[in-house]
Amino acid sequence: MNAPLLSVKDLRTVFDTRAGRVYAVDGVNVEVRRGECLGVVGESGSGKSVTFSSVMGLVRSPGRIDGGEITFDGRDLRSLSPQAMRAVRGRDIAMTMQDSLTALNPALTVGEQIGEVLEAHDETLPRARGARQRAIRDRSVEMLLLVGIPSAESRLRQYPHEFSGGMRQRIMIAIALACRPKLLIADEPTTALDVTIQAQVLELITDIRAKLGMSVVLITHDLGVVAEHCDRVMVMYAGQVVEEGPTRDVIGNPAHPYTKGLLGSIPRLSLRGQPIRPIEGQVPDLINLPPQCRFYSRCTVRKEVCKSLISMREAAPGHQARCVRVGKDSQ
Amino acid sequence: MSLGKLIERLIQLVPVLLGVSLIVFVMMTLTPGDPVQIMIGDQAVTPEQEAAMRRDLGLDRPIVERFFVFLGNAVTGDFGTSFYHRRPVLDVIAERLPATIELSLVALIVALLTSIPLGVLAAIRKNSIFDRIATVGSLLGVSLPGFWFGILLLMLFAVHLHILPVSGRIGYSAEIEPITHLLLIDTLLRGRFDAFLDALSHIILPAITLGLPMTAILMRVTRTSMLEVMRQDYVTFAEAKGLSRRRVIFRHALKNALIPTVSVAAIETGSLLGGNMIVETVFGWPGLGRLVVESIFLRNYPLVQAAVLFYAVTYVLLNFVADILYTVLNPRVKL
Repeated sequence: MNAPLLSVKDLRTVFDTRAGRVYAVDGVNVEVRRGECLGVVGESGSGKSVTFSSVMGLVRSPGRIDGGEITFDGRDLRSLSPQAMRAVRGRDIAMTMQDSLTALNPALTVGEQIGEVLEAHDETLPRARGARQRAIRDRSVEMLLLVGIPSAESRLRQYPHEFSGGMRQRIMIAIALACRPKLLIADEPTTALDVTIQAQVLELITDIRAKLGMSVVLITHDLGVVAEHCDRVMVMYAGQVVEEGPTRDVIGNPAHPYTKGLLGSIPRLSLRGQPIRPIEGQVPDLINLPPQCRFYSRCTVRKEVCKSLISMREAAPGHQARCVRVGKDSQ
Repeated sequence: MSLGKLIERLIQLVPVLLGVSLIVFVMMTLTPGDPVQIMIGDQAVTPEQEAAMRRDLGLDRPIVERFFVFLGNAVTGDFGTSFYHRRPVLDVIAERLPATIELSLVALIVALLTSIPLGVLAAIRKNSIFDRIATVGSLLGVSLPGFWFGILLLMLFAVHLHILPVSGRIGYSAEIEPITHLLLIDTLLRGRFDAFLDALSHIILPAITLGLPMTAILMRVTRTSMLEVMRQDYVTFAEAKGLSRRRVIFRHALKNALIPTVSVAAIETGSLLGGNMIVETVFGWPGLGRLVVESIFLRNYPLVQAAVLFYAVTYVLLNFVADILYTVLNPRVKL
């Protein structure tokens, strides 16, 4: 049980565009342990969603995985046939998307959208048609109740637009969890929701994680969410991991100037009266990247040595950052 | 769908029909040529006989008066007597209508059965050789004139290969007692499979000719909306659920992509009516379209009037059907 559930090594995902090759994910290493919640933080375009689309095998043309290893539960996912990968998706690794309004099919009932996952993956369902349909319906009702949707039986016949945003997010979670996956990738599960509903949805994910003993990857740009719900955190910037470690260490004692900047740009009541300090500048263009620290142009503490390639260095046991100011070289 | 909406639609028909009547009436009277002169032809008649004919047809009265007489009669369901057939216009139309309905239905079925699979295939193999051929093909399909394409088909299959008949609805030996007046159905109901095949061989070329522009348009609409839908989050989410590719394409993508296709199909069915006139003339198909063309040449005013009104009503109703289908396919919209 000590082997990580998911292990990604040196992943490289590129998009060939007219302007040139975009290195959306450039040499990313990820480990997700069994039962843990990993927070993945970064701004738009940092590569956090593309990293996990790559894990799911859902990178769309013109994007493609250019290199790296993806090992899940002892299997090399990149070597699987499309058929075998489909059996992994939805059953072993499930995903929820940012906006439930666009992620649920507007033309199909909620019942059908839950039922079809069971239909596709669940081998314990009875073979006989009538019994099979009943079993699928019962399991769908059970899932809706699990995510806290009342009068589930009748709501199965409704369409996504007949639910509120928070309800739809719950339905999407119910769909993702229908086959009891080992890993849930929750891509910005709360971004499209009101603050009060956000807390409920996150509580729900944390609860179910404990109940089902699954691992969760929580992709977000909200460090507050990470602090409250994640065991470990990984900070991404311009296609690279710039810092990772136990949540308490990374948030309490950030090692990378970018992480410090992210924390400094959060408004806090305790710092009332002090100005919010945004990170100046822009994310670099991912097409023509100079061989130097990616954060160089925005860094307030840069040095001449930063104009070379920087590797991850250990700041504390299990806590690493990609910055020359950090302790000793770990790679 | 509420009864109120239905009634609203029917009320909307009234100004449409009034406008169409007026336009057709004015255009027919402004067209050069005189029905009485056409009827007389080469025969020698006295001016008195000619005036009597004119009076008999009601053509001696002023245009405005004739228009209102026509309207008054039309409201009571009397569309007058065909100058040429000397029978009530509605009887003549009713006689020819089944042939046109049958031809249009077969053309519609051919168009739907070919355009949707081709459009889906072109979309999921975007930029492939197949997609390119289909795109050029659909451009040709829209731009080839029906009379020319129909004649080409006739030359190939009827004249050179002798495998399909040149014209008509059914061979003499295969004629049967009508039930629904749709020959493809009647022949089967009567258990005459040989007659069914004969009717099928007659209808296939005109149906393809009539359905070609519609096939081309629907293929393009399906391809475009399929490409649009395949980019949607719910398709990615369906893939993330590990569903089969077939289910993702047909259940998740196509059900949404068909919404515009079906609406356009219902509206385009109206344009089949216009295409009928040309195709029925080329293939000697004894339907309403050819009757209208003949009647225009004969300046058979009452028949043209009634037929055009019929077209207008059909067109409006098809638009209504398009709206209903739209709501059926798209649960977010209520009429």
